[in-house]
Amino acid sequence: MIQLLKMAFRDLGRNKRRSLLSALAVSAGMSLLLLMASVVEGEMRGAMQNTIKLQSGHLQIRALTYNENKTSLKWQDLVENPQGMIEQLKSIPQIVSATPRLIASGIISLGDHSRGVQVIGIDPDSTANDPFRAGVVAGNFIQPDDREGILIGKPLAEKFNLQVGEKISLLVNKSEGNVDEQLFFVRGIFSTNTTGYDENTVFMPLAKAQNFTGAGNHATLIFIMLQNQEQAEAVSAALHSSNFQIVSWRKINELIVQTEEFANAYMVVLYLIVLGITATVVTNTLVMAVFERTREIGILAAIGMKGRRIMAQFLVEGGLLATGGVIGGLIFGGLMTAYFARYGFYIGDMGLTGFLLEDNIYAHLTLDDTISLTITTYVITLVAALYPALLAARMEPVEALHGK
Amino acid sequence: MEVAKLTNITRVFKIGQVETRALRGVNLSIQSGEFTALVGPSGSGKTTLLQLIGCLDQPTSGTVIINGQDATKLNRNQRADLRKGSLGFIFQFFALIPTLTARENIEMPLLLLRQKDSERKARVAELLQAVSLQDRAHHRPDQLSGGQQQRVAIARALATHPLIILADEPTANLDTENGKQVMEIMQRLNKETGVTFVFATHDPRVIEYASRVVTLQDGLIENDTK
Ligand SMILES: Nc1ncnc2c1ncn2[C@@H]1O[C@H](COP(=O)(O)OP(=O)(O)OP(=O)(O)O)[C@@H](O)[C@H]1O
Ligand SMILES: [Mg+2]
Repeated sequence: MIQLLKMAFRDLGRNKRRSLLSALAVSAGMSLLLLMASVVEGEMRGAMQNTIKLQSGHLQIRALTYNENKTSLKWQDLVENPQGMIEQLKSIPQIVSATPRLIASGIISLGDHSRGVQVIGIDPDSTANDPFRAGVVAGNFIQPDDREGILIGKPLAEKFNLQVGEKISLLVNKSEGNVDEQLFFVRGIFSTNTTGYDENTVFMPLAKAQNFTGAGNHATLIFIMLQNQEQAEAVSAALHSSNFQIVSWRKINELIVQTEEFANAYMVVLYLIVLGITATVVTNTLVMAVFERTREIGILAAIGMKGRRIMAQFLVEGGLLATGGVIGGLIFGGLMTAYFARYGFYIGDMGLTGFLLEDNIYAHLTLDDTISLTITTYVITLVAALYPALLAARMEPVEALHGK
Repeated sequence: MEVAKLTNITRVFKIGQVETRALRGVNLSIQSGEFTALVGPSGSGKTTLLQLIGCLDQPTSGTVIINGQDATKLNRNQRADLRKGSLGFIFQFFALIPTLTARENIEMPLLLLRQKDSERKARVAELLQAVSLQDRAHHRPDQLSGGQQQRVAIARALATHPLIILADEPTANLDTENGKQVMEIMQRLNKETGVTFVFATHDPRVIEYASRVVTLQDGLIENDTK
């Protein structure tokens, strides 16, 4: 084996530029794939975490008849006395925060402009609303007892050219099916760096929202954050009741889960395509080497080297190219990934429904992706070396000696 | 002792529709310790015959018996084993592995025989001395003269103590002086170690070294003098 490695190393050294270029091709393919895998992973992870944080939570408790797509405010579709239920939830240690939310559809208008929004009544004191509190870019967060103040998203404020302290008209659908309209002061402007969310969302204190929409002592849902997202199923099972539906982040964000699965499958296809291309470079290099060394192969065969050993020689050369390529790929790919993990890149508002993607994507490289890509690169490069190795092993000594 | 026996050997090359009858019924017996020259005009079949004795090629008909074993009944791998243990080769174009040093080239057949490290080292040192190349051990072929390269090839052919060494025009690419040196080394090794040599040549000065001269003409043995 040491002998094989020594010879393979020297053989590759005979045409340094060619060997280097093929190893570089493997590196380039691999680093490109590492970057892509980490960006897809980062995007998916970012979208999921962002959606959980802003919209779905880890668990939601809703009325049995609640339909997510209708934003119904009928009392039977809502959770009654949410505060009482939250008191009970406090005894469960995995629950970090639980807070009521009342969601209504509304229209804000100023002058000739108007726009549909979702109006969310929240408990301003809950830590679950920290992302919005921390996202305040102008003015202040709303107060629980405020009866005429709202917090609006930055893109929305920009569209209406609204400043903190200015007034705007807000119309909402009420529980009884009619509508109501009132003037509100903009107390603050927030940004979560998620245009798709911020441009549609208006917050007000829960008490005001209940009063304004005629929802009484009801909330649309109880938004629950856990210590760890993997606890969702266990906690959901513990909370199980025939009076409510308890839905986990995985179920609520099914679209993201499915998209991630699809993206993973798609990445495998991409692996095969990109590595298939680099494999042809390796095959080409080794086929050239076999033809250049036809006579030597004949000499080795003449002194009694068997086909198997000759084949091993070229496979080891392929293995060395793969090793060089993988090391280079890990270095280049690692550096690129590290850069994009730190600085991200701006994609703006992708406008995907059901997908709360931040305006910046950050690469995220997982050990799994790195290992599977390293193995795939090795295997494909070795498979690429198989044809030239067989070509060499099958040569007849006489013909090889003639240097045909 | 008879180390090689060829009986009714024919070898026909077929390229498309054209058939070349390179050997047309050759009978030849080689005894241990002989120093045989194969001579004859170009195209008479010398190389073809050497390749058949060397089990590099298979005859169209006839049998090749090496050390009592019928080589025509062996498969590829078995023939490789036979070559590895019993046969040595020297070629006109020196035929060294360019990436290996002189000593590594000589060591190669011993590695294929899986000899122990210490045994290999001792044998290589002995061989380098036998061909007077101790001070060139770590040179690669492109750092050696043609004569030196051919001496490395002789040492390599001799490494495994083969029964027969086959040499196809070993001096054809050498000047007179180097050719003479190579022949003298081969002759000395033949006398000292008793290894059998069969070599093809055109060169009358080389023929003089032979103890037996086999003359080929149109694929047949025309003359055999000892
Ligand atoms: N692989 C081959 N395919 C077709 N014909 C061949 C092959 N090898 C040899 N021949 C033919 O067989 C005949 C004998 O060739 P061989 O090489 O044995 O001659 P030789 O005596 O060694 O000649 P030289 O002195 O020129 O080396 C020639 O006519 C040659 O063209
Ligand atoms: Mg010839």
